[in-house]
Amino acid sequence: MRPEPGGCCCRRTVRANGCVANGEVRNGYVRSSAAAAAAAAAAAGQIHHVTQNGGLYKRPFNEAFEETPMLVAVLTYVGYGVLTLFGYLRDFLRYWRIEKCHHATEREEQKDFVSLYQDFENFYTRNLYMRIRDNWNRPICSVPGARVDIMERQSHDYNWSFKYTGNIIKGVINMGSYNYLGFARNTGSCQEAAAKVLEEYGAGVCSTRQEIGNLDKHEELEELVARFLGVEAAMAYGMGFATNSMNIPALVGKGCLILSDELNHASLVLGARLSGATIRIFKHNNMQSLEKLLKDAIVYGQPRTRRPWKKILILVEGIYSMEGSIVRLPEVIALKKKYKAYLYLDEAHSIGALGPTGRGVVEYFGLDPEDVDVMMGTFTKSFGASGGYIGGKKELIDYLRTHSHSAVYATSLSPPVVEQIITSMKCIMGQDGTSLDATGQEFGQGTVGMTCLCSVVWDWPGRLKYLERLRWLVVGIVWRLLHSHVTWAGVTWSQAQLRLLTRAPSCMYLFRVA
Amino acid sequence: MATATEQWVLVEMVQALYEEKEELIEEWQPEPLVPPVPKDHPALNYNIVSGPPSHKIVVNGKECINFASFNFLGLLDNPRVKAAALASLKKYGVGTCGPRGFYGTFDVHLDLEDRLAKFMKTEEAIIYSYGFATIASAIPAYSKRGDIVFVDRAACFAIQKGLQASRSDIKLFKHNDMADLERLLKEQEIEDQKNPRKARVTRRFIVVEGLYMNTGTICPLPELVKLKYKYKARIFLEESLSFGVLGEHGRGVTEHYGIKIDDIDLISANMENALASIGGFCCGRSFVIDHQRLSGQGYCFSASLPPLLAAAAIEALNIMEENPGIFAVLKEKCRQIHKALQGISGLKVVGESLSPAFHLQLEESTGSREQDVRLLQEIVDQCMNRSIALTQARYLEKEEKCLPPPSIRVVVTVEQTEEELERAASTIKEVAQAVLL
Repeated sequence: MRPEPGGCCCRRTVRANGCVANGEVRNGYVRSSAAAAAAAAAAAGQIHHVTQNGGLYKRPFNEAFEETPMLVAVLTYVGYGVLTLFGYLRDFLRYWRIEKCHHATEREEQKDFVSLYQDFENFYTRNLYMRIRDNWNRPICSVPGARVDIMERQSHDYNWSFKYTGNIIKGVINMGSYNYLGFARNTGSCQEAAAKVLEEYGAGVCSTRQEIGNLDKHEELEELVARFLGVEAAMAYGMGFATNSMNIPALVGKGCLILSDELNHASLVLGARLSGATIRIFKHNNMQSLEKLLKDAIVYGQPRTRRPWKKILILVEGIYSMEGSIVRLPEVIALKKKYKAYLYLDEAHSIGALGPTGRGVVEYFGLDPEDVDVMMGTFTKSFGASGGYIGGKKELIDYLRTHSHSAVYATSLSPPVVEQIITSMKCIMGQDGTSLDATGQEFGQGTVGMTCLCSVVWDWPGRLKYLERLRWLVVGIVWRLLHSHVTWAGVTWSQAQLRLLTRAPSCMYLFRVA
Repeated sequence: MATATEQWVLVEMVQALYEEKEELIEEWQPEPLVPPVPKDHPALNYNIVSGPPSHKIVVNGKECINFASFNFLGLLDNPRVKAAALASLKKYGVGTCGPRGFYGTFDVHLDLEDRLAKFMKTEEAIIYSYGFATIASAIPAYSKRGDIVFVDRAACFAIQKGLQASRSDIKLFKHNDMADLERLLKEQEIEDQKNPRKARVTRRFIVVEGLYMNTGTICPLPELVKLKYKYKARIFLEESLSFGVLGEHGRGVTEHYGIKIDDIDLISANMENALASIGGFCCGRSFVIDHQRLSGQGYCFSASLPPLLAAAAIEALNIMEENPGIFAVLKEKCRQIHKALQGISGLKVVGESLSPAFHLQLEESTGSREQDVRLLQEIVDQCMNRSIALTQARYLEKEEKCLPPPSIRVVVTVEQTEEELERAASTIKEVAQAVLL
């Protein structure tokens, strides 16, 4: 499949105003000719189909996803089949003690207990995952910056156990850490500020926000985050994952409806499940699917009782980390306004990375932050720290201060981490004396472009060492090509560094943002 | 023609339906996203601590002695811990920028896991970047829909969330009541005999805490181990409060009772209390712990612990190993203040004498929880005016399964001197008398 000049590989119709329609309309509308004519006549002047409204997007929004070639798909399935057969064979050999059993087993005294793991769960880990286990969890021993030092490890028993040789592979080009803006460094103003706060406050807090763990640093941080996002108030939490899983249950409960994107992160899914609300999934980034669900929800109400829903919450992410796609925010906001739903936007990856001044996907599309009811994000990626935040109206934040699970039961953020976030955020906002100014525009765009030019990392088993070296070679070449072509601007206090992010190792899609 | 008329009727019906739908969409009004919070909600305005929350703490502008932070071993402002964290900060920066699977594993994390496993004398340990997420991710990794979990009524909120996420059958037994637990286990045995096929695939777990956060009592671990082998249930022990407090070397409730560590399937603790860092860990046999590396949600899908916090925890462990005498000192101080606080009119002490975090509850409730909370807050405020920093134990009233009565939490640390303890006891006595009578 050769890409057309416009860059789209898949069957997408490009409309006259430059927008890309989201595929053929499959589900939802009654499309028999008589009814369509009647509906069109009756509903003159109303917006049915927001994607046709080119006015929502200020610039053309093109996304291209390469379809998996049929051959690759078939071979992948065949591969899985072969591996499963081999897995059964090995299990058989292990059972009859022909092959040595490496994995840990239950204690003798507890052999008559019900077995802790289900058969199939363990089958995958033992026979499939073990073969390629060395691709993940590689320990590093330096700052996760542009270049990183990896600890060399070897396995003499086919990945069952690893031995560290003591060697350190220095200066490996890092395309695996979420260090989008380069704030993960061990020198510079952020580190110095964090060191000072560490000396003064210590590393831990030992209490929760509502008890005696609310430091003045936390109040300062929340005020800054609110200003950064352009919202009335914000609240910060110690873990990004926990921000979702502990606050969604505080916002919605039984009798509410959650409309969640197909490919939402595990934290959003967990938060939705813990809340007890009904969850309905819409197809990834598909606005027709979302609209249909909204319509049906309001018209038909709750299942069985037909009572109206108490509230409807739409859960989307700014950038989906596994796909590299950006949410169609203008359309989502138009839908939310029409159907009076609430929007929860998880900007874990997009905050700091999108938009001319790094304010995230809302700024990228030129929208008003007040339109998004709950703006959530994390400090792990672009700010080089850890933790999460939620921003929104003052009533929302007041409610979360009193009812969020994290505020009542979980320890607050560690002070040096808070200082790192404050310093890096001030840097991005230009309040520390340095400035991003005009170059920030290209920086924002370039970063996303780079994020998406995910040099494709193929999923080979680590044993094929020469192939692995070839893989890194290919990746290195691609990196260098990009390096020369793309305009970028580093953050002013450092020598400009290009940040390439890939999702290792099975990312098979290319994504380009115009 | 007949078909044309039918078509016409169909179109009309569809049109009418369409208009109805539009009307319904127009009419529907959702509830506001969040209900308004009254301005005088007790939890709305937080106490602001200026400066470090160490032994002498400045709360809302007043300097007080800290009886509220869980800094049991006083390691929060220990210079060695700070130096180790600083060295790590200079080497690694602050954040790890990635989950454990994708270049977020640092040698510091591996070191900390090793040290924790060696300290607790288990095969393996796994660390999480948030204390709350530790037990809340560990339980659903093993217990799934259809499994049965026997849990104490006074279990903390993190355990409750873990159980909710696991979707298993929850059976609550009365707090520390082994007879009640045995009754439930026996009932389950009878059920099993009715349906042996199902029983063969249903796992059973008992989840208890070493030192209960909500009541300050110790779980009767030897009896639990006996029940474990009799009814074939696995034990998950949550040791957030007892790690670094109980036992001769601070290894927790297993050392306190002299139980073999292998008898407990999983020990989970957070490093935010005695170790004065952030995060949590689980330790146990490799057979059990290794599973969490792929199925612990808070481990796989979340960024790893910042290395400076891991280095602080390692140094704290070093200090714990070098001076095993501090645990005896802490125990003595707990006993002292426990005795001193007995006999306050209006307040009763809830918790064992060797628990460093215990509660003061109203002897007689006024009848409404709000009123109780207000009374206790009055006591806390007045103590704060007299330089003793206390706090009320906070709960989410609507979310807790078994809501504990309102109480004031008193925390004892090794840094508090005997006179400070005496002063605190007498202050609380005076204030309680003034407020409650």
